[in-house]
Amino acid sequence: MSKLQILTKGIFKENPSFVLMLGMCPTLGTTTSAINGMGMGIATMFVLVMSNIVISLVKNLVPGKIRIPAYIVIIATLVTVLQLLMEAYVPALYETLGVFIPLIVVNCIILGRAEAFASKNNVVDSALDGLGIGLGFTMALTLLGAVREMLGAGSIFGFKFVAGDGILLFVLAPGAFIALGYLLVIFNKLTSKLR
Amino acid sequence: MEYFIIIIAAIFVNNIVLAQFLGICPFLGVSNKVSTSLGMGAAVTFVMALASLAAYLLQYEVLVPLKIEYMQTIVFILVIATLVQMVEIILKKVSPALYQALGVFLPLITTNCAVLGVAILLVQKEYNLGQSVVFSTATAIGFTLALVLFAGIRERLDMEDVPKSMKGVPIALVSAGILAMAFMGFSGLV
Repeated sequence: MSKLQILTKGIFKENPSFVLMLGMCPTLGTTTSAINGMGMGIATMFVLVMSNIVISLVKNLVPGKIRIPAYIVIIATLVTVLQLLMEAYVPALYETLGVFIPLIVVNCIILGRAEAFASKNNVVDSALDGLGIGLGFTMALTLLGAVREMLGAGSIFGFKFVAGDGILLFVLAPGAFIALGYLLVIFNKLTSKLR
Repeated sequence: MEYFIIIIAAIFVNNIVLAQFLGICPFLGVSNKVSTSLGMGAAVTFVMALASLAAYLLQYEVLVPLKIEYMQTIVFILVIATLVQMVEIILKKVSPALYQALGVFLPLITTNCAVLGVAILLVQKEYNLGQSVVFSTATAIGFTLALVLFAGIRERLDMEDVPKSMKGVPIALVSAGILAMAFMGFSGLV
C-alpha cells in the first residue's frame, strides 16, 4: 500500500463513522453543533496519531499476551495528557464535551487501529494511518454536527442564516439518531451508485 | 425521597443510552433479540454496580488523599478491565449457571463506555457512597430497559419490507431516534 493510500483510506473506504460504525457514542453525543463535532474529532485524532506512533515504537518490547492491557495504559496516558491540555487551553470546549473526553479511552477506533495497524507497521505508516482515520472521523463528526446545527438552530459554525429558531428536535437527543440514520442512507446510496 | 429522584432520573429522564449516548455499541450490536438483550442488561447491571463501588472507593480513599485526581482516567479503566476479568473467573467457579447465562457478554463489557462513563459521572456529581450505588444500579436498569425495548422493535422490523439503502443500521438509528423522542416525554418528571 502506498503512503497516500494509507492516508486516504480512512476518509472514504474505511470511514470509522459511516462505514465501520465504530465510535458511535461520541459521534452521536458531541455533535450538537459543527464546532463541537470538529473539536471532538480533532481531540480523538490527537490521541489516535500519538497512540499509533507510541504503540508502533514499543510493539517489539511488549509481550503478545499482555499487549491489550499495555495498549490501554498507553492510550489512557495520552487521554490524560489531552485532558490536561484541553482544560488549560480550551476550557470552554472541554466543558461542553464533558465526559466524552475521558471516554476516548474506550473508543473502539483507537484500540482497533492499535491492534490492526500500529502493532504490525512502522512508525511513519502508523502515524499516517492514525492521521487518515482521524481525519475521516473528524469529517464525519463535523458533517453530522453541521447538519444538526443547520436544521436545529438555523446556523452553521455559529453564523446564523435563518431568523428565529430551527427545529429544536435536531439539537436534542432524538435528532442525533435520526440525522445520522438519514446521513447513512445518503452515504449508502452514493456508494452504491459509484460501484 | 432523594434516592427515589435519583432512580427515576437515571432510568427515565436521563436514560444513559437514549439521552446521554453512552453504551451505543451494545445498544446497536446485541439488540437483535429480546433474550440476548436481557442477558446483556443483567451482565451490565452486575458489573456497573461493582465498578462504581470500586471507583468510588478508589477516588475518595486513594486518589484524593494522594492528590493525584488527574490519574482518574487511567486508574478507572484499569480497575474496570481487571474487575471484569475477575468477575468472569469468580463466576465460573462459584456459579456456573450464572456464568453460562452472562458469560458471553462479560468480555464485551470492558469496552462498554457506559461503565466507565458512570464511574466518571458519579464523581462529577459528587454523590456519596449510597447515592453512587443507587445511581449506578438505576442507570444500568435504564440501559437494560432501552436495550429490551429496542430489541422488541428490531424483532418486528426484521419482518418489514425496508427500502434497500435503509436496511440494517440506518433504520435502526431512525427507530432509536423515535424511541428517544418517546423518552423525552419523561423530561418534566423530576
